[in-house]
Order: sequence, then structure tokens, then C-alpha cells
Amino acid sequence: MQQTTYAAPRSIDEAVGLMAASGGAARILAGGTDLLVQMRAGSLAPGAIVDVKRIAEMTTIVEEAGGFRIGAAVNAAEIGEHAALQRAWPGVVEAINLIGSKQVQGRASAGGNLCNASPAADSAPALVAAGAILTVQGPKGRRELPVEKLHAGPGRTTLERGEILVSIALPARPPGSGDAYLRLIPRTEMDIAVVGCGVSLTMKGDTCVSARVGLGAVAPTVMLVEAAGAALAGSRLDDAALEKAAAACRAACRPIDDKRGTIAYRTKIAGVLLRRATLVAAKRAGGH
Amino acid sequence: MSRIHVSATVNGEPVEFLCEPTQTLLDVLRDQLGLTGSKEGCGSGDCGACSVTVDDRLTCACLALGAEMEGRSIGTIEGLAHGDQLHPLQKKFVEMAALQCGVCTPGFLVASKALLDRNPDPTETEVRYWLAGNLCRCTGYDKIVRAVMEVAAEMKETSR
Repeated sequence: MQQTTYAAPRSIDEAVGLMAASGGAARILAGGTDLLVQMRAGSLAPGAIVDVKRIAEMTTIVEEAGGFRIGAAVNAAEIGEHAALQRAWPGVVEAINLIGSKQVQGRASAGGNLCNASPAADSAPALVAAGAILTVQGPKGRRELPVEKLHAGPGRTTLERGEILVSIALPARPPGSGDAYLRLIPRTEMDIAVVGCGVSLTMKGDTCVSARVGLGAVAPTVMLVEAAGAALAGSRLDDAALEKAAAACRAACRPIDDKRGTIAYRTKIAGVLLRRATLVAAKRAGGH
Repeated sequence: MSRIHVSATVNGEPVEFLCEPTQTLLDVLRDQLGLTGSKEGCGSGDCGACSVTVDDRLTCACLALGAEMEGRSIGTIEGLAHGDQLHPLQKKFVEMAALQCGVCTPGFLVASKALLDRNPDPTETEVRYWLAGNLCRCTGYDKIVRAVMEVAAEMKETSR
């Protein structure tokens, strides 16, 4: 067996070059909280490890165009300590800060959580609701894609061979906006979501003018539930509107039956979390 | 086999070591540097027995590679005491019997110190959530949590 190599490039171009040179055998190392576990379990033996934590663009959070650009390798602890990001996107930050223990938070990144492509990835529904745009770079150059287009199935992404997730951009917030992420787990801490729901909305007085809903752990990929956002938009978030949006979430569910939850349970909970997350987001928006 | 040369700081002292590309920081600490205070419990980031700090950030040493440590500052359990003088957390753990078999103890101490360095006056809930990444199968946690709270209270007293 060929020995694994380790490299810590200083630029994305260099990292892309290393990925290309490996012919698909390289793996990106950000926090390593998935990669090193998979290597130890013997399920993965990369030809090369490309550590991206020496690349400034991938390890910094910058305010940009009224919004934020989070480097894909920024660790969760740093994201949680960023006061301006926390003020603008509390739902995104709370989702990322639910991933693992304090020890894991010190290493794990939102980019890694996305690229690991678990249907239950906590960061994903909140980022989908937020309308996050991903920047990826590969042998053919740079491109952008909406976060909801990243996941192809459990453990699979739409990234092409040699492409690296560089950063996650969150748009500028209109006044009266708020977001929230809620998940159901059987414990109080450190568990995998049975259902996860992210809601981002903008209020004008008592009326919700726009809303996006991301739903996780109820289908092979995290989803944008457009019908749920449409049901909330234009409403006063009254019971009828909330029920219509909850029904849209239930209708979008294609969950598995497993020890964590049955199909019926996960489907019901998707609607419950939608209602609760919407009300938290609205409260944060200052509209309710 | 090309081994990687790394210069880092461990508990304030400059160190140099050679490691395999896939060798974890935990294995480097234990096998190369002889610092066996950090324990391997699960090896997958679930138990916290290998808790260390890297550039003051609490981390599982089993989830980091030695090769990543070039220029980094690592803090381990061996850095808590000053010579024979135990750290207040260590003293309190002994005094209040916040340990039984002791395998998880270095991880709890490193994690507790990281908490108090950031938040010298935590609530019990904050202590319990902060230490949720450290597993102990002996004590039932209560004595550990009380020991950390007690140290925080004493720190507050002496800083007055």
C-alpha cells in the first residue's frame, strides 16, 4: 500500500493543484473530526491529506457586501465567538454550535459538516434557510452554488473531482429579519438530529414578507422546502399559515425508519419544529 | 517512508519531533514525547480523555495530526502543575474525590481549566454543558462538577 502524504498548502491554487495531482485519492483536512475518524475506522485510506488550515481565505470570517463570508475551514468555536455574525444570523450560529462537544467545536468546521453530507448535518438546514451561497474551486476554476445544491445523497456531494469548498457567503440582512434552527434529539446534548429545521424570515410589522425553510434528517439530503416558505410569506404567521407551512414540511418528508425515529414520528416532528422555529425566528426579527 | 519534521511548543517548551503523515497528535505526545498523561479512550473524539489545547483552543488530541502542529502551541495535563505544586483544580479533585479509576481525569482537568480560563464564574449548567465532551464511567459526574464549581468560587474569593 502506498503511504499517505500530508501537505499544508498556503493558497487555494496550491491546494487545488495537490488535489489534481492525487488523481482523486486526496482528502481535504479541515477540523478532521470526520476524516480522522473514518481513517481510524479503516473506511478511508486517502493517498494524500491536504490540510487547508494554513489558507487565509478558508480560515477567516469577513464582513462583505453587508453580509458575511465564512471560510470553509473556520472552526465552530470561532464562529460562535463572532459577535457580529451571531447578531445577524443567530440561527446559523446556533446550528453550527450544536455540532459535537466543546473539544469537537474547537476543530470542526461548517465547511466540513456540509461536505461530509450527512442528511442530519446540523449546519445544513440553517444555511439552506439563510440562502447561503458556496464558493468552490477546482481544476476548471471557481464557481458558486446555492448550499441546497451541494448534497447529492448520504455522504455524497455534487462537487466534481478535485473541487474544494472554499467559503460560505451569507447575504445582507434586511431590517426585521431573524432566523432559528431547532433539532429534535433524544438527549440534551451531543446527538444526531432525528429532525432538524431551519427558518429564516423577514417581517414588516406583523406581516412576514419572505421566508425560507430548510429541513434535515427526513430525506436522503437536506432540503429547501419552498412550499413552506411560500406559505409563511405574506401571512401574519397566524395558526392557519403555520399549519399550511407545517403541512408542506410533512409533505416534503421522505425519511427512513430506524432506531432514532419512525417514518411517522419524523414526519410529524418536521411540522412541529417548523412551527416552533418560525416563532423563534419571528421573535428574533422583532416582529412577533 | 518519509517522516515529517515538526517544531512546536508543548507546555511552553519548544519541542521538535518526527512523525508519520497520519500519526495523531495523541500518539506523538504519548509515544514520541513521552507525555502519557493524555489518555486514549475512544480514539474518535467522543470521550475527551485526550483533551489538550492547541493555540489555547480545547481539542481532542486523537482528532488532530502531529503533522498539523508546526508552529502551534500545545497545552497538556503535564503543564497544569508547577513542579510539585498542583494546580488548584488538581488539588480540589483530590480533596473532593472527583475521580475513581482516573483514566478520564487528565481530560476533565484540561477541559475544566480551559473553561475557567474563559469563564471564571460559570453556572452549574455551563460547567455541565462544557464538560459534556468528557465521559466518566465511575463518578457519576457530580463530584467533578462540584469540584470545578468550588475552584471557581475560591478563585473569586482570592481575587477580591
